[in-house]
Amino acid sequence: MAARSFSARYPQLHLRRYKVGPGIIFIWILGALGLGVAVYRWIAGLGATTNLSDGRGWGLWISFDMMSGIGLAAGAFTVAAVVYIFNLKKFYPIVRPAILTGFISYLLAAFTLLVDLGQPQRIWHLLIYWNIHSPLFEIGWCVMLYTTVLALEFSPVVFEALGWKVPLKIIRAITIPLIVAGITLSTMHQSTLGTMLTILPYRIHPLWYSPLMPLYFYLTAIAAGLAMTVFESYHSARTYGFPFELKLFSSLVKIIPYVLGLYLALRVGELFVTGKYMHLLEGGAPAVMWFIEIIGGVIIPLLFFADRKTREDADGIVWAAFFTMGGLILNRVNSAMIFMDGAFYMPSWSELAVTFGLTAFGVILFDAAVRFLPLFPEPKPETVKQL
Amino acid sequence: MAISRRDFLKLVGAGAVAFSLPASRVQAKGRFVRAENSHAMLYDSVKCVGCRACQTACKARSGLPYEPDPTGLYEMPRDLSANTWTIIKLYDGPQQDAFVKQQCMHCIDPACVSVCPVAALEKTPEGPVIYHGERCIGCRYCMAACPFGIPKSQWDKALPLIQKCDFCADRLAAGGKPACGEACPTGALIYGSRKQMLETAHERLNADATYFPHVYGETEAGGTSMLYISNVNYTNLGLPKLPEKELPSITWPYMAAVPAVIGVMVTLSTGIYLRTHRGENGASKKKEE
Repeated sequence: MAARSFSARYPQLHLRRYKVGPGIIFIWILGALGLGVAVYRWIAGLGATTNLSDGRGWGLWISFDMMSGIGLAAGAFTVAAVVYIFNLKKFYPIVRPAILTGFISYLLAAFTLLVDLGQPQRIWHLLIYWNIHSPLFEIGWCVMLYTTVLALEFSPVVFEALGWKVPLKIIRAITIPLIVAGITLSTMHQSTLGTMLTILPYRIHPLWYSPLMPLYFYLTAIAAGLAMTVFESYHSARTYGFPFELKLFSSLVKIIPYVLGLYLALRVGELFVTGKYMHLLEGGAPAVMWFIEIIGGVIIPLLFFADRKTREDADGIVWAAFFTMGGLILNRVNSAMIFMDGAFYMPSWSELAVTFGLTAFGVILFDAAVRFLPLFPEPKPETVKQL
Repeated sequence: MAISRRDFLKLVGAGAVAFSLPASRVQAKGRFVRAENSHAMLYDSVKCVGCRACQTACKARSGLPYEPDPTGLYEMPRDLSANTWTIIKLYDGPQQDAFVKQQCMHCIDPACVSVCPVAALEKTPEGPVIYHGERCIGCRYCMAACPFGIPKSQWDKALPLIQKCDFCADRLAAGGKPACGEACPTGALIYGSRKQMLETAHERLNADATYFPHVYGETEAGGTSMLYISNVNYTNLGLPKLPEKELPSITWPYMAAVPAVIGVMVTLSTGIYLRTHRGENGASKKKEE
């Protein structure tokens, strides 16, 4: 039998010739820089490359890349739940990009963890040395398992493109158990990221410290994860030249005001029940940041998403998504970095380079998947330019 | 909306179940009794003359390098670090001066042990909180969780470990004394069972009204193996004011609720799936919108 060419055997696996603009080139450079600095950090050590110290063991990588990154990746489990568990099939077109976004975010969070850990080569110790009292032990396990679940949830795209019928059949048969596992694992570790901080009552500012942090983290992850899906889809549509599914997203985000509303009621209510509102009256940086976070990151997106005109407008929905994501990031950074008691800290240029670089690397991975896999409609001839 | 409300109820329910578990409360009551015979030390800041013999004895015993200043001259370290596991500091107060010795407090129920994801830190029944460096992944959660700010990282190394006082667990196991206590020439730092140390501390407080009327470490964060008496308020000595509640009891109810969370989420997801897919089978799947 004559050997057929690769492209003849796997017609779907061709390189889709989307335009390569200065934006993506800039992102490639950022990603390469970030990876390079990460390698340099492994050789030189944390002391030489970061501004972390004995009085400040966690910095930007933990509060932004890890805590915010995982929170923003929650769209993968919420969209999967909406489509497969709640059986709202009209949202199916959103599932694959949402799962891909989640998968990439988890890979990046795991990679940042390897950059941040003092002994990254021992990450597998989580498998053999157990401590069920440790929130981080649970997070480690959930992230490992959930990243595997996401890989499996995304695998049909690859199997379809390759035309592999048997693996596809197996995955299809276990789709629902996978989705249920994904929802359960996400609920566990999204809330446990909050639990992780509850053991620091003397270090976290009272405006952020709360026994309800596990619930706060879970609720904000649900809202911001969906927002991230909107944000990502809007930019994919623009970048790859296909229409943005505005109607679908306006319908999906209707749930966000309820989630944010519950979160807002609990957070504000708690301040008054416990008397912690006094810290708002004291003023100063914590009070200012609290108001920025709550007004900018919760109330404004709540009103935007609740307002039909805004949510059914492409600019409106994307701005609302942007504010929601910003609210989650501010919350994580405020509680785990800015208002965590400890030595003075400003991220070093290496820390910033890794953070920006890995975020860029996420875009690169997404872009590569779009170019090589049948994720989105084929590019239209007029948008195609030679690579 | 359904997701958030459902989850809220689930978390509240699971939390309530976990909080009502009697185990942790009983444990807390018996905590001090169980620790009575464990190793402890008493530091009397009034008797301390600040000679730092303990500090040097500690370095000698643990083989820790001295820390030079940037010009290469050896000088006194200013704070605890990976290479300085104990340090004497002086509080220069308006009325009174007081020395203070810092080192790991060897809590009865330590936060560091509770948070370590790979169980690299261990509270031994004998008293010392010891560190299994070969397990450590370097996440530094212990550094964040310790209310006394004790665990330190080897920031200058490519593969850093956590370092802290280990209460000379090896010497204690061999029937010896902790190096710092053995080196103390004034009796400011004495060693014995926790019960003995508390008795001695209270005797001294009762005999001399100039002491600040509290034994630091008796109840702080659930009690520590290192106990302090002083003539000044402990907050001046860098010893934080802490309630009796042991830190691991904050996170444990959440962790104990994890099996319940799994059960509830699996049941709910499956239940909703079955409900929303009622009447749907293989043959009619294509008819769904």
